[in-house]
Amino acid sequence: MPRSFPTNPMLAVEILGLEKTYAIGFWKKKRKDGLKSLHLEIQQGEVFGFLGPNGAGKTTTLKLLMGLISPTAGTARILNQPWHDPAVRARIGFLPEQPYFYDHLTPIELLDYYGTLSGISAPDRRLRIPKLLERVGLAGQGGTQLRKFSKGMLQRVGIAQAVLHEPEVVFLDEPMSGLDPVGRREVRNFIQSLNREGKTVFFSTHILGDAEALCHRVAVLNKGELRGISVVADLTSQNRSRFEVVWQATAAIPAMRAFGNETHVAGEVARTIVRESQLQAALEALKSQSAQLISVNPVGGSLEEYFLQKLGEPDKVPR
Amino acid sequence: MTTRIRAIAFNTFREAVRDRVLYNLVFFALLLVATAPLLGEISIGVQRVLLINLSLSAISIFGIVISIFVGISLVSKEIERRTLYPVLSRPVGRGEFILGKYCGLAGTLLVNTMAMTTGVYVALLLMTRSFTRADANILIAIYFLFLQFIVIIGLALLFSSFSSPLLSALFALSMFVAGSFAADLRGFAAMSHGPEGLLARAASYVVPNLASLNVITRVSHDQFIPAALVGYNTLYTLLYATATITAAVLIFSRRDLK
Amino acid sequence: MIAAGVLVVSMAASFVLVRKIEAVYPSAPMEDVLFISSPEFVKRASLGYSGLLADIYWMRVVQYFGRKHQRESKEYKALAPLLDIATTLDPNLVVAYEWGSTFLDQPPPSGAGDDEAAVALIGKGIRNNPNEWRLYFTLAFVQYLGQHDYLGAAKTFEEGSKVPGAHPWMKIMAAKMLTDAGNLETARYMWQNIYDESTDKNLKQNAELHLASLVVDQAVPQLESLISEFKARTGDNPTSWRDLIASGLLRSIPRDPTGTPYVFQSDGHVVVADWRKLPFITRGKPQ
Repeated sequence: MPRSFPTNPMLAVEILGLEKTYAIGFWKKKRKDGLKSLHLEIQQGEVFGFLGPNGAGKTTTLKLLMGLISPTAGTARILNQPWHDPAVRARIGFLPEQPYFYDHLTPIELLDYYGTLSGISAPDRRLRIPKLLERVGLAGQGGTQLRKFSKGMLQRVGIAQAVLHEPEVVFLDEPMSGLDPVGRREVRNFIQSLNREGKTVFFSTHILGDAEALCHRVAVLNKGELRGISVVADLTSQNRSRFEVVWQATAAIPAMRAFGNETHVAGEVARTIVRESQLQAALEALKSQSAQLISVNPVGGSLEEYFLQKLGEPDKVPR
Repeated sequence: MTTRIRAIAFNTFREAVRDRVLYNLVFFALLLVATAPLLGEISIGVQRVLLINLSLSAISIFGIVISIFVGISLVSKEIERRTLYPVLSRPVGRGEFILGKYCGLAGTLLVNTMAMTTGVYVALLLMTRSFTRADANILIAIYFLFLQFIVIIGLALLFSSFSSPLLSALFALSMFVAGSFAADLRGFAAMSHGPEGLLARAASYVVPNLASLNVITRVSHDQFIPAALVGYNTLYTLLYATATITAAVLIFSRRDLK
Repeated sequence: MIAAGVLVVSMAASFVLVRKIEAVYPSAPMEDVLFISSPEFVKRASLGYSGLLADIYWMRVVQYFGRKHQRESKEYKALAPLLDIATTLDPNLVVAYEWGSTFLDQPPPSGAGDDEAAVALIGKGIRNNPNEWRLYFTLAFVQYLGQHDYLGAAKTFEEGSKVPGAHPWMKIMAAKMLTDAGNLETARYMWQNIYDESTDKNLKQNAELHLASLVVDQAVPQLESLISEFKARTGDNPTSWRDLIASGLLRSIPRDPTGTPYVFQSDGHVVVADWRKLPFITRGKPQ
C-alpha cells in the first residue's frame, strides 16, 4: 500500500491542454486524434499512474512531454519550466516503452554515453555506473554486449539509464511490460525506493495491480481522453469486499443485472462483480436459473471497479 | 555543447567499427595484392599510373558507398529502432544530434581513408623503391576524395531526414552522378535560354560540384594541382556541407518521431 | 531564423566558389577525356547506356568547339576523335555528322580545315543512315566548297536527290555543279538553302555568317571598281567615300552586313572594319 505523499506546493508536471492530432494517409489529409486536450497536475514526490488500454494516448502524452513529438495545441510545464526547455531535460529521466538500445554497446558503455549526454562528469560516471548496475541487478553483466540481452535485462538497463543522472522526475512508459513476476516485483520495489528518495514518478501501465500497489493517484485515459483522476487511498479505504462471479448459461440472466453489470467473457461464459452482502443472493439467482457456476473470487481492487466505470467499456479491459 | 556532439560522434564511429564497416579495408588490401602480378607484366612508367588510378578509384568507390549507405541509415536507423528516445529526452538538441552523427561518420571515413592511403604508399614504395616529390601530389587527390565523402554524407543525411532509406540512397546516388557531371550541366545550361535555361542553371549549381574534386587521372600523370584549387575546393566543401546539414537540421527539428 | 539564414548564405557562397573553381580548374580538359581514345571501347564501357553517353560526348564536342572558338585557337585536334566517339556511341546522331563535318571542313580559324576528316565523318554518317538526304547534301557541300571537287559534288547531289523525301533543289544543285560551280551565286544559293532548311541553331548561325561574307565578297570588288572609275574620271585618288558621293558614283556611305561602314584605304583597297565578325570573307580582309 503506498504511503500518503507529502504535499508539495510546487508541481512536478503541469499539463495545460496538450493536444495531438496525427495527419495520416499518403496525402496527410485524414486526421486522427492521438490525444484530446489534456489537463493534468502532478505533485512533487508523488507516484502517479497513467492507466488505460493500449492506444489510449499514454505513450503519446509521454512523447509530447519528452519533446519527441510536437503538440498540435497546448503547453506543459515540468518543474516549473517550459517542457521543451533543454535545461529541464537534465532534471528528468525517461524510460521508453519496450526500450531498445545500441546493441553494439555494453551496459557500461551505454550508460557512460548517456551520462555524458546528461552532463555527468567522467569521475562521477565511473563512480555511479557500477553501483547503478548492481542496483538494477546487472552487476555481473556490465561488460556483455547488449545484443546478447533478454527483454527483461534490457528493461533493467532502460531503468538504469532513466535514473543515471539522478533526475527529480522520472517518466516510465510501461515499465513492467514483458517482465516475469519476479522482474515485476523488482521493478515495483525500485519505483518505491525511488519515491522514498523523494523523486516524482510518473508511469503508464495497463496493469491495474501495479498501479494499485504503487500509486498515490491515478488518471484513467481512453481513446485520447482523460476519463478521471482519483486518489488510490480513497478508493481502497472504502474497503468493501467484492467478489467476481463467473458462470456459464445458455441465455442472459436478468436477475443478475440487479447485482452489477454483467460482462460477457467468451461463448456462454459471463462474469459480474458483486458486493459481499449480495453474494448469497446472486449465487441463488444463478442456481434458480440452472446456470453453471464456474468460480467465485474475492476482488481486492476497488481500483478495478473505478477503472471499469471510468472506461465505460468493460469489454476492453485488458487482463 | 561540444562534449555532447563529441560523445555522439564517438558513439557513431564506434558503431561503424563494430558493425564491421572497416572490413572494406581488407578488400582494399586484397585488391592491391591481387593487382601486383598484373602490374609486373607492364612497363615501369605505366605501372605507376595504373597503380595510382586503380587504388585511388578504389578509395573513391569504397568511400562513396560507405558515405551513402551508412549516411542514409545514420538517423533513420535510430528512429526505426527508437534508440533516439533516450538520447533526445536528455539535454541534447536535435541539431547537436545531427551534427554529432555527421562528424562520427566523417571521422570513420577519415580513418578509413588514412588506412587506405598508407596502403597506397606502401605499394608505391615496394614498386619504385623510393619516393619522389610527385608522390606527394597523390595526397592532394586523396584529400579531394575525402572532401567528396564529406559532401555526400551531408546529402545522404539531408535526404534521410525526410524520406525512406531506399529513396534516400537513390537520391544520394543520383546526386553523386549528377555532381560528377556538374560541369557538363553548367555547359548545357549556358547553351539553353529562357525558363529552361534558368532552371538548368539553378540545378547545375545546386548539385554538388564533384568533378573538380576528382583529380585522379591528373595526379596519375604527375600533373600539377594549383594551390588555389586546394583552397577553393576546401572552402566549397565546407560551405556545401554546412548548407546540407543545416537543411537536414531544419527538417529534422520539425519532425515527429514515430 | 538563424538556421535558414545559414542555409541561404552558405548555399549562395558555394555558388560563388563554383565559379572560382571553374576559373582555376576548367572542367575536365578534353585531352583528359580522350585518355580512352578507342570509340569501341567507350561503347562497351558504357554498359548499354551508349545513347546517353553519346549525348554527353556530343555536348562536350559543342562545348569544346565553342571554347576553342572563343579563344581563337587554331587547333581543333580533339574535334575529329570526339565526333568519332559520339557517332560510334550513337550512329544515328545525324546532327553530329552534319554539324561536325561542317566545322571540320571550314578553314581555320572557324574550323579545323580538315576536309579529309570531314569527308570520312560524313561518309560514316551516310553508311549508317542511307536514308538521310541531308547527309548527301552535307557531303556534296564539303566536296564543293572544301575540296573544289565539282564533279564529285554533282554525283553526290544526284545520289542524294534519289533518296525518298529529298528536297527538290538537290537535283538543281546537281546540275549547277556541272555548269557554274565557281560562281558566287551558286555558293549563295547553297548557303541560303542551308539557312532555310537547317533546324540546328549553330548551323543556321554559321550559314548566316557565310551569306554575309558572300555579300562582302561581292561588294568589295564592286566598290574597288568604283574607286578606279573615280580615278579614271578625275585623275585623282579619292580620299574618302564623300568624294565618291559628291561625284555621284555612290548614293551613301557603303556599309557591310554588320552595319559598319567599309573602310576606305588610301591605297585604293576596301576592307571591312572588323573581319572577325565576318570570318568567311575572301575579299576585303585587312592585311
